[in-house]
Amino acid sequence: MEYWLPVFYMAAMGLALLIYVVLDGYDLGIGMLLPLADEPEKDLMVASIGPFWDANETWIVLGVGILLIAFPLAHGIILTHLYLPVTIMLMGLILRGVAFDLRVKAGDHRRALWNRAFFIGSTVAACAQGWMVGSYITGLQYSPLSLLFSLLTALTLPALYLVLGCGWLLIKAEGSLLARAIGWARTAIWPMGLGLLVVSIATPIVSQTIADKWFSLPNFLLLAPIPLICALCYLGLLYLLRQDRVLQGGRNWMLFAGTVMICLMAGLGLAYSLFPDIVMNRLTIWEASASVKSLQFTLVGVVITLPTILIYTLFVYRVFRGKATALSYE
Amino acid sequence: MDLDPFVLARIQFAANISFHILFPAISIGLGWILIYFRLRYTWSGDRAWEYAYQFWVKIFALTFAMGVVSGITMSFQFGTNWPGFMEKAGNVAGPLLGYEVLSAFFLEASFLGIMLFGRNRVSNRVHLLSSFLVAIGTTLSAFWILSLNSWMQTPTGYYLENGVVMVDSWMEVIFNPSFPYRFFHMLIASMLTSAFLIAGVSAWRALHDVDGPATWRVMRTGVLLAAVMAPLQIFVGDLHGINTLEHQPAKIAAMEAVWETGREVPFTVVALPDEETRSNRWALEIPYGASLILTHSLDGEVKGLDDFEGKHPPVAVVFWAFRIMVGVGVLMVLVSWWAGWQLFKNRSAGRPVLMALAGMTFSGWVAVLAGWYVTEIGRQPWIVDGVLMVKDVVADHSGATMAGTLFGYVLLYLFLLASYIGALRQLAKKPAASLQMRPDPILNTPAEA
Ligand code: HDD
Ligand code: HEM
Ligand code: HEM
Repeated sequence: MEYWLPVFYMAAMGLALLIYVVLDGYDLGIGMLLPLADEPEKDLMVASIGPFWDANETWIVLGVGILLIAFPLAHGIILTHLYLPVTIMLMGLILRGVAFDLRVKAGDHRRALWNRAFFIGSTVAACAQGWMVGSYITGLQYSPLSLLFSLLTALTLPALYLVLGCGWLLIKAEGSLLARAIGWARTAIWPMGLGLLVVSIATPIVSQTIADKWFSLPNFLLLAPIPLICALCYLGLLYLLRQDRVLQGGRNWMLFAGTVMICLMAGLGLAYSLFPDIVMNRLTIWEASASVKSLQFTLVGVVITLPTILIYTLFVYRVFRGKATALSYE
Repeated sequence: MDLDPFVLARIQFAANISFHILFPAISIGLGWILIYFRLRYTWSGDRAWEYAYQFWVKIFALTFAMGVVSGITMSFQFGTNWPGFMEKAGNVAGPLLGYEVLSAFFLEASFLGIMLFGRNRVSNRVHLLSSFLVAIGTTLSAFWILSLNSWMQTPTGYYLENGVVMVDSWMEVIFNPSFPYRFFHMLIASMLTSAFLIAGVSAWRALHDVDGPATWRVMRTGVLLAAVMAPLQIFVGDLHGINTLEHQPAKIAAMEAVWETGREVPFTVVALPDEETRSNRWALEIPYGASLILTHSLDGEVKGLDDFEGKHPPVAVVFWAFRIMVGVGVLMVLVSWWAGWQLFKNRSAGRPVLMALAGMTFSGWVAVLAGWYVTEIGRQPWIVDGVLMVKDVVADHSGATMAGTLFGYVLLYLFLLASYIGALRQLAKKPAASLQMRPDPILNTPAEA
């Protein structure tokens, strides 16, 4: 118990954050793409995320929630160190969340203002999240090298979100918006690829611990599938984006699925790099964990509710399957 | 003391949670009211109830969005501002917040999508069920968060190990002594807040001649709800106060500005409590009043602030916040009964009643904030009453960082509050006739213009 409970919670937290990156990733991505579309298309883009965005954001609440439940000590350290980027992210999320509603309710003369707020909020939140990933990997230090690395991740994560957003639009959009989304995807795929490549190369450079974990012998071979699958997926996506017929036809979900696969691999790689530390080089998950009794109490809830949540999340996605239509409360 | 990060951390937390609570206070109550509108329509087939639903569901959606985004901020603030609280009390706070996310947040957030945008995609029954789950979700989330907050006020079921809180009995932690009072007081508060909101906006529409058949029905619903809930709230509030007297006598002493312990203590109606001289200036007193209210006997002993020197909350703020809450509570009874009398006797209401209702539109917000200030400032200097001091758990950010972010938050919140009220006005101004109705699924009547 002492050993496995913290491991279980670490895995659950990783899963929640991975789901967050994928789900809120696509709707933040759509927020960043918004200025590129014309007015009716904007409405459709917002409609494509309308029923989902709230639940999507709840995954990050669960992520920090688990951090707090299971590793209260680390929760304090991480959030105080990330105070500024967290605050900036929150302001971004606040702005976009309300802009979503106010762009149709505050009156027509304000619509442009709230469209802009939606774009700015999404972009700011995405960059701040990227920055946080970078500082977290480098152990929450502020050397010039780690700041540079954070800057790199602050640009890469939004690029990933852009591709996810395009992937979602490919599934949800029709007609002119679909054509546009394909164009955006063809552009956005490049910065994402470049960013991921540079981050992968830079990570072992900025972190000796991670370098040691990856570049020792049996490990290196055992882990090789992770970067390999990533690279294959990426090449697959590049190929896919040249096939107009596939994109317009029944395989429109492949861009999204391929990008999710890349996220999954990146998540696995990151999890391996960190484990068993919860704060890099400072605190292991066992040192930071809450009392066994508290962990057990919550375990019951997690085991019952998490599958239930997944089931009704799938139900909601089923209800709103198919192409997006204009939002109405009727 | 310029830019003391400790003071700034407190102000920042207070600003964020004050902004947050404005929206739950509406969405908890309004969720249930919307279900009522839906049911009335389903049962009677009267289209006016459908109008009412269509109008208020828009406001619900906006309110909910404001609540969600400001709530996400709250869930980070414990860690960013009070890391020591999580280190020392994380064994209690973590699981309670965790259950809130798992059992409430996902429920409300997921089914909200169907409730708002899914009416054409699911059956009437599934849609009603979704609305019901959303309302249950908001109420459940109040359950968990108030359980945690009440535990911080009246901690039970724990022991300390090296200064860290360990749980002894979860039942005692969750159902701690002040929890039932706080839970019901808050639920009623949110019913009252929504009741005055819907009645107030309807009255405003009637005054500006943009009312339709639904407007008066909604107004009557709001007034009736308020007329029942307001006296109930006074009753529950009184019980709540007696419970607080038992567990947090210092808070009661501050609420009533009783400086010295004694029997036959008068009730101070208004005064200027003065911390320097430890006495009240310009006090207007009712003899025996405090003894009577608090102990329900004329010569009951009331503990004064002298018993808690150095460890009691600031007096003036708590004293006045309490009076504001109770004042609004009494006003709510008067206005709702007066309006109810006219509306149900004459089937209509005159200008004075409409103006009173419109003026009370946001009265719930005032009372809710005042009530929370009594509760939270009245707990000072403790963060967990008698266990942990606030000053021991604060994060060590620089004053400048805290001041900068605080400034940003306050600016953003003022802007959003103005936008929220502006949007409400915008929606309220639309003549009822401009509401497009869809073809009726139940009665198969054609769409109206
Ligand atoms: C009495 C009620 C109440 C109180 C005291 C609080 N909340 Fe709250 N909160 C709600 C009642 C609520 C709600 C009714 O469930 C919300 C508000 C509006 C909404 O739509 O859901 C919500 C939303 C909400 C969300 C977004 C949930 C989602 O994604 O759907 C979070 C993360 C929090 N809250 C967190 C907190 C924290 C950390 C609080 C304490 C410091 C807090 N809330 C106080
Ligand atoms: C929802 C309505 C609430 C309002 C309006 C509110 C208001 C406040 C205010 C004004 C303070 C500052 C007190 C001071 O420093 O003088 C405060 C502090 C605090 N409150 Fe609340 N509060 C609310 C709910 C909650 C809940 C539900 C919790 C926890 C579950 C909570 C936890 C705290 C904590 C940890 C502090 C910081 C420590 C302190 O200053 O005591 N609050 N709150
Ligand atoms: C009129 C008679 C009322 C009485 C006697 C009363 C009594 C009380 C007391 C004693 C507290 C402090 C509890 C504590 O922290 O120990 C409190 C808190 C509070 N009150 Fe009231 N109240 C009244 C009316 C209202 C009204 C009309 C509202 C809102 C519509 C309201 C909303 C609140 C809230 C939100 C709190 C903070 C949460 C809590 O501690 O329950 N109250 N009330």
